Amino acid sequence: MKNNKILELTENALGRKVPTIANGQKQIPYMGVGKYKPTGFKHAPRIYSCADYPADGNKLVKDLKEALIRCGIKDGMTISTHHHFRNGDLLAVQIFDIAHELGIKDLVWFPSASFPCQEVMTKYLEDGTINRIEGSMNGALGKFCSEGKMQGIGVLRSHGGRYQAVQDGEVKIDIAVIAAPTADAFGNATGDRGPAACGLLGFALADSQYADRVIVVTDNLVPFPCIPWQIHGNYVDFTVVTDKIGIPEKIVSGTTEITKSPDRLLLAEMTAQFCIEAGIVKDGFSFQAGAGGTALSIGIYFSEYLRQNKIKARYVRGGSNKYLVQMLEEGLTDYILDGQTFDLDGVRSMRENINHINTSPFTSYNYHGKGNFSSMTDVVILGATEVDLNFNANVVSHSDGYVLHGIGGWQNCLFSKCTILPVPLFRDRIPVIVDQVTSLCGPGELIDVIVTERGIAINPKRLDLIDALKHSSLPIKTIEQLKDEAEKICGKPEKPEFGEEIVALIKWVDGTVIDAARRVLK
Amino acid sequence: MNKIVTTGNKGKGIRSDCFVTLEIDDSFNQEPQIEISSKVMVMYGKALKELCSEILAFYNIKKAKLILEDSGALPFVIAARLEAAIKMISDTEKNYLFPMLETNDYQTAKERRRFSRLYLPGNSPSLMINAGIHSPDGIILDLEDAVAPSKKHEARFLVRNALRNVDFYGAERMVRINQMPLGLEDLEYIIPNNVNLILLPKCESAAQIQLLDENIEKIKAKYNINRPIWLMPIIESALGVINAYEIAKASPFVTSLAIGLEDYTADLGAKRTQEGTESFYARCAVVNAAKAAGIQAIDSVFSDVSDMEALKENVLRSKALGFDGMGCIHPRQIKVIHENYAPDAAEIEKAMKIVNAFMEATEKGLGVVALGSKMIDPPVVKRAERTIEIAINTGKLIKNWRESYEKQ
Repeated sequence: MKNNKILELTENALGRKVPTIANGQKQIPYMGVGKYKPTGFKHAPRIYSCADYPADGNKLVKDLKEALIRCGIKDGMTISTHHHFRNGDLLAVQIFDIAHELGIKDLVWFPSASFPCQEVMTKYLEDGTINRIEGSMNGALGKFCSEGKMQGIGVLRSHGGRYQAVQDGEVKIDIAVIAAPTADAFGNATGDRGPAACGLLGFALADSQYADRVIVVTDNLVPFPCIPWQIHGNYVDFTVVTDKIGIPEKIVSGTTEITKSPDRLLLAEMTAQFCIEAGIVKDGFSFQAGAGGTALSIGIYFSEYLRQNKIKARYVRGGSNKYLVQMLEEGLTDYILDGQTFDLDGVRSMRENINHINTSPFTSYNYHGKGNFSSMTDVVILGATEVDLNFNANVVSHSDGYVLHGIGGWQNCLFSKCTILPVPLFRDRIPVIVDQVTSLCGPGELIDVIVTERGIAINPKRLDLIDALKHSSLPIKTIEQLKDEAEKICGKPEKPEFGEEIVALIKWVDGTVIDAARRVLK
Repeated sequence: MNKIVTTGNKGKGIRSDCFVTLEIDDSFNQEPQIEISSKVMVMYGKALKELCSEILAFYNIKKAKLILEDSGALPFVIAARLEAAIKMISDTEKNYLFPMLETNDYQTAKERRRFSRLYLPGNSPSLMINAGIHSPDGIILDLEDAVAPSKKHEARFLVRNALRNVDFYGAERMVRINQMPLGLEDLEYIIPNNVNLILLPKCESAAQIQLLDENIEKIKAKYNINRPIWLMPIIESALGVINAYEIAKASPFVTSLAIGLEDYTADLGAKRTQEGTESFYARCAVVNAAKAAGIQAIDSVFSDVSDMEALKENVLRSKALGFDGMGCIHPRQIKVIHENYAPDAAEIEKAMKIVNAFMEATEKGLGVVALGSKMIDPPVVKRAERTIEIAINTGKLIKNWRESYEKQ
């Protein structure tokens, strides 16, 4: 078989070698922040007419298999799923079980994120049921992709980039299958109630609007109307009732829990102290903390300060969890603007508190919106696997070369007024501050502060922050000092060896290619 | 001859450590065979191989097979594990040492602040590496209760290397040695490596301190070490309590008396309670003995690491009894301990008044310090100065407090 992964490469604006064509599609190399602005019109879905749908609104079919068949499932289609159940998803694997049973090949799986519960998909990647994943590739799926075993080339996109790709027509979803904790037979659906309530269905929004065919699957069918309708039945082709749609307890995964590690709590505390000294934490401010135990713990320290000073935030952006909910209920913030729900306290609050607001990748992150929320947020706290001397950061791969994580909303959040990455200086023996990142996911010009337990580096571009912290008792250092310190403790790490083949594209928020992952040589 | 030895740790949950299996056999090839598996193979595979070869060559180990199962251990850990294994099969006096970190070359003052001292199990490298970033007043590398009897040998090498190559960022570098007489065997590993203070567990008599002191002096002389090495005897038995004053006075290097309540209550045959009524006498006796000898009194650890409120109450009670600090077993306890041993607002206010009066008197050239109609003795001034210093160090008072104070 011809090796379809050895591609013609060009250098993008960050000096990374990226392919010009991949998966048969033309690719645009990254040009810089805010530089690429496509013209023309957005992709439009096919026209359907209500005359073709049951007048009584009953779109129920027998089961998922029948729904997929009636949607015309066939070789080469793009099928989308969503991660609002995180590691408690029961639906995605069923879809591909059915596709396999029907002997369908070469599907593109377009999940908003993948989780360990979907690792069994490797068998469908192996037998050709699935050609490639466009979405995050975590754990075993990432390993499979990194070793060059996936037939197509993986595509990693941010949550905002996923919306952009759909609107640009870069990804044409043939069938979207939406897991709904509560729905009516017409297809109106919500995630905030029902036995498997998981919170928000925002990741499925673009899919419901743009996919050619939409299936809603629920284990809690209610008579019309399902209120609230996070997903509108007017976009839905078929509804399916199943025994159990998801395991809500498993939406809490390792990355959505507050850390118990004293080292990470110290990082969070230092980060909060930095924000306070920089004058960011003031009455009416706003913040977002990404997934990852350290980032999520920030809320504890912000809360303490707000309480002591009798001030409050205007809004906090979630990933909502019980700590943000406590802030809302205690009056330490006016609103939670929720992008996804990290635990069952978040789900409850979303259902009961009118100040807990649903958002979506469209409102929060989309490049083709007329503005979005992330650039309006005062400070965002995120994680990273590696940061280089120019503050460029990596969030998808490890220093050994394996792609093991998705981008999530990470890239989109970099646009906030102040982006802080609290990271350990080294993990076990692996330095986090390196001379060059293994994969470049976020340009350094958008990353303002790196907080490590052994020192804090401020991006030299942020003279305002450097000035605000010049008398600080916090250990302010240069990023070069941090790298030297890490290497003094750990030794200088060697770089992994890669093959020539490109195994995955890393897209920037505008759809251009910011980096490409190569095959790992074992 | 065939011999197999193992050192270190492996398995689920083990980080920053490694497991060494060393086998010697007369039938093996002359050149040692090295097998390495590591989670950081890509980044450090070559470095691991080089280090292992170098150490084997340093000890002239031939006809051997080495299996290194590495969970991301730093070089000082790997070297300790391998040296410990080699010394289980070969009689050698040589020590494989990395150069001492320059930043580890400090000594501590006898009266330094000892609010907190963080216990670190002597055979768990993952807990040592970041201990200093939490800013405890002291760290204790524990060779006693935290190390299983079968692991005592290898822990000594790890503790030795940690003293040399882990930066504890200014914390007082303490080691809890084993109970006498086993503890004497630990000394050779720590004294040449800039330990600041030695804790002697289950101390019951002045004679034990004198014996320890003699042995320390011998090793100091051998290595030509002049700096003081402080002693903190731990009183953890009824007999120890009775002899507390003698123990405190047994050597000029005794800087503080600590109390260990777990063993003490067991010795009494009483249950250890949160309120501590059963150990009230012992705590008072130890404080009194320490103060009579002019040294610090250090309280036992508080073992519920999740309850910060109860810890705070415990610290306030301890401070009220006259203790100057306590042990801790989790880094998150440090902040609470520091905040609550530090002087409170009323104490700081009073100290500011005294120090201010003293400074004014000095500025005016007066020999006598008075506050209102009360004369202030020099020890009171000294104590107030210390309170101010601690208040500044714990962030409770600004450094140039007097500038704004005078305007009031």
